[in-house]
Amino acid sequence: MIADEKYDFKSQTKTKLFILGAVGLLFLIVGIFMAKNSGGHEEHHASTEISKTLTASVAPQEADHQMAAAEEHHGSPVWLKRVYAAVWHNNIFFIGLGIIGLFFVAIQYAAQAGWSAPIKRIPLAMGSWILVGGIIMILVWFVAKSDIFHWTHADLFDKSSKSYDPIIDGKGGFFYWPLQHGGFPIFFFLRMVLFFGLWYLFFAWIKKEMLAEDLNGGSTHWFKARKFSAIFLVIFAVSSSIAAWDWVMSIDTHWYSTMFGWYVFASWWVTGLTAITLIVIYLKDAGYLKVVNANHLHDLGKFIFAFSIFWTYIWFGQFLLIYYANIPEETIYFINQMHTAPYNWIFYANLFLNFVFPFLLLMTRDSKRHESMLKVVCFIVIIGHWFDFYNMVTPGVMKLEGGMGFLEIGMGLIFTVVFLFVVLSALSKMQLVAKHHPFMEESLHYHI
Amino acid sequence: MQSNKNFVVGIFDDEDVLLHAVEKIRHSGVRIDEVYSPFPVHGLDDALGYRRTRLPIASFMFGLMGTILALFTQTWMLGYDWPMDIGGKNYASLPPFIPVTFEFTVLCASWGLVITFLIVSNMKPYSWPRSYDIRSTDDKHVMAIDLAHNKMSKDEIGRVLKENGASEVNEKNF
Repeated sequence: MIADEKYDFKSQTKTKLFILGAVGLLFLIVGIFMAKNSGGHEEHHASTEISKTLTASVAPQEADHQMAAAEEHHGSPVWLKRVYAAVWHNNIFFIGLGIIGLFFVAIQYAAQAGWSAPIKRIPLAMGSWILVGGIIMILVWFVAKSDIFHWTHADLFDKSSKSYDPIIDGKGGFFYWPLQHGGFPIFFFLRMVLFFGLWYLFFAWIKKEMLAEDLNGGSTHWFKARKFSAIFLVIFAVSSSIAAWDWVMSIDTHWYSTMFGWYVFASWWVTGLTAITLIVIYLKDAGYLKVVNANHLHDLGKFIFAFSIFWTYIWFGQFLLIYYANIPEETIYFINQMHTAPYNWIFYANLFLNFVFPFLLLMTRDSKRHESMLKVVCFIVIIGHWFDFYNMVTPGVMKLEGGMGFLEIGMGLIFTVVFLFVVLSALSKMQLVAKHHPFMEESLHYHI
Repeated sequence: MQSNKNFVVGIFDDEDVLLHAVEKIRHSGVRIDEVYSPFPVHGLDDALGYRRTRLPIASFMFGLMGTILALFTQTWMLGYDWPMDIGGKNYASLPPFIPVTFEFTVLCASWGLVITFLIVSNMKPYSWPRSYDIRSTDDKHVMAIDLAHNKMSKDEIGRVLKENGASEVNEKNF
């Protein structure tokens, strides 16, 4: 019933990607030169003064920490820190796309969903980024850990040191257990390796079953894939939360939010859904995926609409709790974002890009069924969540020296190109539409 | 309740027969007023050529009304009419108003939707909907054809219905 269909990763597409990557590289180099020559030192001191007055009005104790952090963060030059922050930001963002690809497939199996049968290969191909992203993350962590993560500085845990920090020392076990605080963060590092290992393992198992189904048919592969999916979902529920604390929340070591795991997951999930939708639409435009019709797009559109609202709910839940409780060490997180450029305009743009636009533009049935409108909204949401992750990572790393310019955009383009390269070449190596999927018939007649 | 309305009522036993019958009967020039069925029949709306419902628009308007009303009420009450100091926040500050605004929006949108639906489908209080055949609540599909909307005679319509698989053809006057 399903003809053999394979995605052909044409050389024209590759050329286009290379051009985009070259533009990204150019942007990055221009951005680095601009950051190097901007004479950020005087500016830096001026802005430290602002931060002193700003934070002093909030809480004296917290202001001390901020100042200590600002003074002692002289590890790398500003431009290099900006590069590290941009790499970490983009890597977290794209790892989200990869892991959500696998999560989407697992959800479809666990829910025994029929509608998604013809598009499941796209999220599966996105899952092949997990390995690449994991390797990048471990490498970058070793190179840039002292610039990105304040808690990696050994003197924070040394009671005789002037910069001893009892708060971070109290949290030290989460990173350093069972070794001594301030040494090698073995617990943190093992978690990183373990999560990527587990995610990749389940990706490999589920992929194996899905591809074996093309050859052998029958329903045994489907049942096996469902079993792996169900186990993966349980593991993902825990690991995604802890990953969010480890990789994102621990950048702002003093700060914590009980909703942060959900927040990162919500952002990842809606971005992953838009990425799946965009790739499906572009494949359809290129003449592939003829079995996918407006009804399938409608479901993807509903997903994006619903989870944009879900993200807003989580975002606002986190904001309102901190706003209402007004505990200085928590409010400082938002104060820094709302009063420092460029975080402040991103902070407000975030709400428009990720809530107002998708909410109003995707509300009607027609807009979810038409590719042109879906495409526009997908771009808005992807860019919006890229900014969202920027504001999660960069303020904590760069404090008052952060920027949003050629450097960050260039890094984003480079990551986009590498991501698309990995995903599309993975996609070209398998059947584009599953051949013997037990629910394919149901999906072909899907009508809403 | 309107009076002096004459209907030809076709009874169908099977939804597949009904679906094809609807298409063929419409094709032969008969205007169908409404079809009642004991369960949702997939594709019946399309076969009957109904326009899409405008209820979502009504719901959106009610929701918008709720948003505006909630924001205005809270700002006026807590900001101007009876300012209260809550945790040292500004009198009229937006974030604490959002949950109430959200809930009130949902309340207005959903109640507005339901009430509008009940009114337009003639199920408002003290108005009983017409029953063309009580068996439409049990196991029969009932097709109502208003004679005033059709040029054909009663007998001709009855013949078309029978040809297309109606198990019975009755008459109903209101």
